[in-house]
Amino acid sequence: MANFYNDNKDLKFHLHHPLMKKIVSLKEKDFEDAGKYDYAPVDFEDTMDSYEKILEIVGEISGDIIDPNAESVDKEGPQLIKNEVVYARGTQENYEALTKAGLVGLALPRRYDGLNFSVVAYVMSGELVSRADAGFANIWGLQDCAETMHEFASEELKDEFLPRFSEGATAAMVLTEPDAGSDLQAVQLKGKPITATYDKEKDTYYLNGVKRFITNGDADIQLVLARSEDDTADARGLSLFVYDRTDQAVVIRRLENKLGIKGSPTCEMVYTNAPAKLIGDRKMGLIKYVMSLMNSARLGIGAQSTGLGEAAYREALKYAKERVQFGKPIIEFPAVYEMLRTMEVRNKAMRSLLYETARYIDIYKAYNYIAEDRSLTSDERKEAKKYQRLADVFTPLLKLISSEYANSIAYDSIQIHGGAGFMKDFPIERIYRDARITSIYEGTSQLQVVAAIKGVSAGGYLNRIKEFEEEKVNPELEYLRKILQEMTSEYEAMVSFVNERNDNEYLDFHARRLVEMAGNIIIGYLLLQDTMREEEFRVTAELFIKTGRSENIQKADYIKNSELKDLGIFKYPN
Amino acid sequence: MKALKIIVLAKQVPDTRNVGKDAMKADGTVNRAALAAIFNPEDLNALELALQLKDKVKGSTLTILTMGPGRAAEVIREGLYRGADNGILLTDRKFAGSDTLATSYALAQTIKKMKDFDVVFAGRQAIDGDTAQVGPQVADKLNIPQITYAEEIVDVNDKEIIIKRRLDRGVEVVSSSKPVLITVHSSAPDCRPRNAKLLMKYKHSKTVTEVQDMSEDYLDIYQTRPYLKIEEWSVNDIEVEDRALGLGGSPTKVKKIENVVFKAKESKKLTPLDEDIDDLMKELIENHTIG
Repeated sequence: MANFYNDNKDLKFHLHHPLMKKIVSLKEKDFEDAGKYDYAPVDFEDTMDSYEKILEIVGEISGDIIDPNAESVDKEGPQLIKNEVVYARGTQENYEALTKAGLVGLALPRRYDGLNFSVVAYVMSGELVSRADAGFANIWGLQDCAETMHEFASEELKDEFLPRFSEGATAAMVLTEPDAGSDLQAVQLKGKPITATYDKEKDTYYLNGVKRFITNGDADIQLVLARSEDDTADARGLSLFVYDRTDQAVVIRRLENKLGIKGSPTCEMVYTNAPAKLIGDRKMGLIKYVMSLMNSARLGIGAQSTGLGEAAYREALKYAKERVQFGKPIIEFPAVYEMLRTMEVRNKAMRSLLYETARYIDIYKAYNYIAEDRSLTSDERKEAKKYQRLADVFTPLLKLISSEYANSIAYDSIQIHGGAGFMKDFPIERIYRDARITSIYEGTSQLQVVAAIKGVSAGGYLNRIKEFEEEKVNPELEYLRKILQEMTSEYEAMVSFVNERNDNEYLDFHARRLVEMAGNIIIGYLLLQDTMREEEFRVTAELFIKTGRSENIQKADYIKNSELKDLGIFKYPN
Repeated sequence: MKALKIIVLAKQVPDTRNVGKDAMKADGTVNRAALAAIFNPEDLNALELALQLKDKVKGSTLTILTMGPGRAAEVIREGLYRGADNGILLTDRKFAGSDTLATSYALAQTIKKMKDFDVVFAGRQAIDGDTAQVGPQVADKLNIPQITYAEEIVDVNDKEIIIKRRLDRGVEVVSSSKPVLITVHSSAPDCRPRNAKLLMKYKHSKTVTEVQDMSEDYLDIYQTRPYLKIEEWSVNDIEVEDRALGLGGSPTKVKKIENVVFKAKESKKLTPLDEDIDDLMKELIENHTIG
């Protein structure tokens, strides 16, 4: 009888952000669907009420079904039987419950049987499922593929594939190859390349080659990145295809044995003359479609990390209250309560960043869809552009910070459990293993920095920070804004300091420090805004900003005292 | 096979599983205000079996029937969110104070009025009264066979329905002709979660009484979407004799209610010695906790 939505009031708080009024009106376009679908909302309040009620269903399934199944799913894992991936019993049960509840394909528009969910609400459901079982969240989260098809595939493909999601079709994004991990441009360069050859008569491509580390590889609907252009070696030769599992032209060669997220099958797959349809235009596979898919996936990791962080924090809190040592519960010891409070603050911090990022994505995507029906006014175009830019710089920042926080919270949670946490007896050991992947897949933390540094050098972060600075703050919170302003000046100074060296390697060397400095300021402002709406966030804002300040001072000090030649000390000779 | 008309009897009950200290009033009656009103748990099991039957036999319809005060319409909405087609709220001041005899009389008369039906499902018992009498009495009054303690629908065809029953010392598979009344045990599958689309479709469904307090914003859709109207029946809609209703029609009288005060502490400290464990085992056997 646990409900993961109702037992965490921060979710309701973030769902009811003032910007939702705008988001809902863009998503529902004057509520035009109300006349066509009996389940479409008729006004703003009705939409928000539906979001809440549906999140309650997700929260209930997460608390009552997915969470209790998590341990057995982790132990059992999926199996490869006769070239078919068979999910653990609990995984099957989870997926069936979500499908029956109408929660697969929920971000799709109603004409494809979806619920037309806003990104914010969709991401929130991801956080709920992840708190219950992060490995299962992957399988369910791959409905992101539906969104990519919706954005870029032809009408015929959309009509053929998208309604299948609401019936419970599973999906996979098939990108990685043995020699193309972080560097996807290398797809089919070496080893056994995956190629696509076109049969004009049948208007079908045939895929050949090997893919590796594919989450949920045996899915019903597979989006496959393959080289369609002969004699190319870079991103421009790659296209995106959709393969239908019913064509039976793929051999699952093996399932990986992993450290964590063990319920989620990770496949090595061989495509042999596998028929596939082209999504969108040729050559745009990696450059445009996979980039978009990646951004959704990174937002998804933000949600997964936040869910994991919440789960890890709750386990630690419960244990610290119950565990008695030296005559009192260990939560009463400063060393423990500081750790716990820091975990809580980090959790709330990443959640604020998560939903802020989701709102940006909501707005610009809604504009993109409106633009399919009518041309946008110049104001609308400007706004869409603004939010798209924000989403572009906030997404890698979110992925970086949230995944690192999830890991640190899980680490500290085990620490609070002591020896008991190291045993298999408590859920925290699973949560800890599950968290580890978040800073690796969908682009490692190091690669998020590469994407995020553009927000530093092109000023995207600073512009947003300056906007935050303009916003109204109650007099009693002024002291926190003052700290953030000081942190901003320091950040600006460090950016110029690094830029003045005019050396790319030097910039790369300090990139993470600069990105994290910006992150601390941005999250500080977000928590300040949260406090303006809800006084309870004050403690979080204060603790976060104070810690952020000292972290930034340390980073600035390191940068100021580093010279170009210092890089040589780190560097390994060729 | 031929589509079925299915009825589920459901009751809104106070959540006696989560009892706080103010659950009882000083006079020994249940303080309903302090307890959340919920869908009786075994009625949810009954609803699940009914939905499974509906899934199995294409074209079947499922109606929720509940007797209670106006707010019991919530039970019907919960049914609609999970796949019921419609519902009837049987509500009237004259039903107040009904025991199981008066309740089953009112329900049976309502079902008669609903005319043809094939299968009636009900939870084995409700968590407020725990009598397990209403289902069997309704079957008796309708003069149809009954199957109690059901946990699984094994099969159904035009002639019969085959049910697995959960008994104390095993299971039993029985078949019955239709129409039939089936009471469902908690060992049957948990009820499926609410469906998101159905929830959005039916969340503005209301009885005529509820509509009077409805926000004006949604009156328009209420009036244009007939499926949002939840039937509300009173004694005037069914053929009943007043003297058999409510308190007057209820031969069961509560003679005395006692508050149970737990005297023993809930926890006991034992040393991990053989004799302490031995004593504990003896105590548990003596008070019939085990054995």
